[in-house]
Amino acid sequence: MKPSIRWVMVGAILLVLREVVPAADWTQFRGPGGVAVSEETGFPLKWSETEGLRWKADLPGRGASSPVVAGGRVYVTASSGFKENKLHVLAFDATSGKKLWERTIWSTGSTQCHPKTCMAAPTPVTDGKAVYALFATGDLAAFDVDGNQLWYRSLVSDYPTITNQVGMASSPVLHKEVLMVPMDNAGESFLAGIDKKTGKNLWKIERARDINFLTPLVIDNGGKAEVVFPSPKELAAYDVDTGHKRWSYESADVASGIPSPFPGKDGLLIPGKQLVCLKPATDGTTPTELWKMSEMQTGHMTPLYYRDHIYGVNGAGALLCVDAAKGETVWKHRLKGPFSASPVAAEGKIYLVNEEGTTFVVEPGAEPKTLATNKLKGPMLATPALADGAIFLRAEGTMYCVGAKK
Amino acid sequence: MGNPLIRGFVACGLLAAFAASAPAAETDALLKTIKSVKREGVGAADAGKAWAELVKQGPDALPAILAAYEGADATAANYLRTAAEAIAQRGLNASQTLPAEKLEAFVKDRKNPGKGRRLAYELLVSVDAKAPARLLPGMLDDSNGELRRDAVAVSLKDAQALTDKPAATDAYRKLLNTARDKDQVDLIAKKLKELGVEVDLAAQYGFIQKWALAAPFDSTEGKGYARLYPPEVAVDLDAIYPGKKEEKVRWKAQTTTDPYGLVDLNKVIGKVKGAAAYAYAEIESPEERPVEMRAGCINALKIFLNGKQVFAREEYHHGIDVDQHVGRGTLKKGRNEILVKICQNEQTEPWAQEWRFQLRICDALGGAVPMTVVEPKVKGETPEGKVRK
Repeated sequence: MKPSIRWVMVGAILLVLREVVPAADWTQFRGPGGVAVSEETGFPLKWSETEGLRWKADLPGRGASSPVVAGGRVYVTASSGFKENKLHVLAFDATSGKKLWERTIWSTGSTQCHPKTCMAAPTPVTDGKAVYALFATGDLAAFDVDGNQLWYRSLVSDYPTITNQVGMASSPVLHKEVLMVPMDNAGESFLAGIDKKTGKNLWKIERARDINFLTPLVIDNGGKAEVVFPSPKELAAYDVDTGHKRWSYESADVASGIPSPFPGKDGLLIPGKQLVCLKPATDGTTPTELWKMSEMQTGHMTPLYYRDHIYGVNGAGALLCVDAAKGETVWKHRLKGPFSASPVAAEGKIYLVNEEGTTFVVEPGAEPKTLATNKLKGPMLATPALADGAIFLRAEGTMYCVGAKK
Repeated sequence: MGNPLIRGFVACGLLAAFAASAPAAETDALLKTIKSVKREGVGAADAGKAWAELVKQGPDALPAILAAYEGADATAANYLRTAAEAIAQRGLNASQTLPAEKLEAFVKDRKNPGKGRRLAYELLVSVDAKAPARLLPGMLDDSNGELRRDAVAVSLKDAQALTDKPAATDAYRKLLNTARDKDQVDLIAKKLKELGVEVDLAAQYGFIQKWALAAPFDSTEGKGYARLYPPEVAVDLDAIYPGKKEEKVRWKAQTTTDPYGLVDLNKVIGKVKGAAAYAYAEIESPEERPVEMRAGCINALKIFLNGKQVFAREEYHHGIDVDQHVGRGTLKKGRNEILVKICQNEQTEPWAQEWRFQLRICDALGGAVPMTVVEPKVKGETPEGKVRK
């Protein structure tokens, strides 16, 4: 299928921009458009180490990055070595689990980080023709689907003051020909629009020198493609083609730096000290604040908008359901955390993976039900990918494909 | 690499693999294109095209790729690595052979570039499972850190299997001289301690434990990081400086007994926020030599060697670890002056209160270099609280 661009209706007003990819693809962090929802059907309900797996494969190292899937291939990153100085990009056949290729690069930036994370924290992004892998070290590599190196950049060589000793985790996103690379850190900070074919900068926007772990979101705002990229101090939206700032919103409420922005029913949802629902203006003026609520404190995970409600797990391990129109809590449902991975949804079910490797399958509604509790070997920090009728779960040293064998 | 795709790849008929080599000039041109990539992706797409052509040459191109590590920067080194991996992995599918003998010869020749040798070793191991047992015993003193680490790991395992106490002690002592990575050195020291041998870890690593400290200088709003206070112009251990809030700042001697050279400024200077501290040390080097100045610091940091800045990082409260920061410089023969600037910011969170650093001087592999730390002669307070005159 030839990729094309279209506006995809998420809620009543807000649109997210996503390439029209086959339903079987999951192309970036939280899937196409960053909405974390698959329109596919036939996903499994129950599984374990011995049942329900299509395949599993060893990985050469750690990773908090999610797998991405396109054209029947699964791409995943990992980091290994005493100083975590080896950075891996791997491709597997989505049906058989056969490893198709693996490429390794040496890190060129610092590998210092909090022990919970690692250098393979950002999720790669693919357009089905190539995969673009960013690592916490600032190494950025582009390969075609067969593992041919298209280009490679050492961003720390380009901008030597880049530094985040906690460990960078923001993932790149794609729109048409522009690969947007977030690089908020304690040194030279920027959002760069990079030509996906050549690896050269198309534009580069200076940002506040502050660490930030969230992934930008591409939206349609009045027919214009914008990339929304909050920082702990300011939410800013930039023109995808030029990098020019289109609008911004400053509020202490959005200060978080970890959960990413996501599209909701009537507007843009910004997790932070409060979950804020904003309706962007199309004329560059300050967005309208529709509502905000403080109860949705999800730590590392990005909440999920799904069928008029918002879902996320708070620090106490309670899955919250919030009315997306009003910003009011509808119910709470106890789960066993902690959670780092973000929830994803399909077929009326929500999949939540805790750090121990247990996936809770929850059917929301007036009365939430946990339909299944599926244990695999953790730790699991990565958000799952829903693609090709299967759930792709990434553990520290193992890639699982959960689904019926083909 | 340990890649199952190419593991088991039978290496034989080695020279035959080179019979149909691409013209050397063509290979050289491709490698030149790869090594010409500049900042911000300039030349990156051309390098990608050259990469594809190079990989098409198959195993024949491997010796040239490995040799191309000479003079390759960090960016080019990664293009070369992925090209060699692609050749090896695709060779499996095409029933080609890897030039194992040439790879081994390249590994063994320590004049070859370290990254190229490491890559050659990984390619070799992928087709010859017996290569580690054959090569690693001779690599305990290798100039490539990764090869040396693997060699030490094997010998460590052997030492741990020894039941004879004198033999084990002897084995660990030898390994202590060769190991460079902290986890291995710490394990060896622990094993020796169990055998009744104390290891001076600070000396083993080259940590400086004797400092003269001057603080606090004002760094409100982080501005002290860029400000040149007098110690950055010239160190005078007898001087009295105007400090933060008009406090008089004198140099005072401080010796840490921490085996990793950690100096806790909150304890020594006091818990001051928005402040800059200077730590000064003098060392005697028996010869001129390049060194690495490796620091751990949870605050913003600058390191100077003989008045020249060799490292700077303006980052606060994001963690501290041994060898977290690396500056590079050259020791003079004789006396050398080391100055470290450590800035504390004004964050109020409980996790943002630490103010501490550690610094060691070592070679590029992390081994301590010969040096004598000179006790700083200061007129201020001694560690015992007495005033020197």
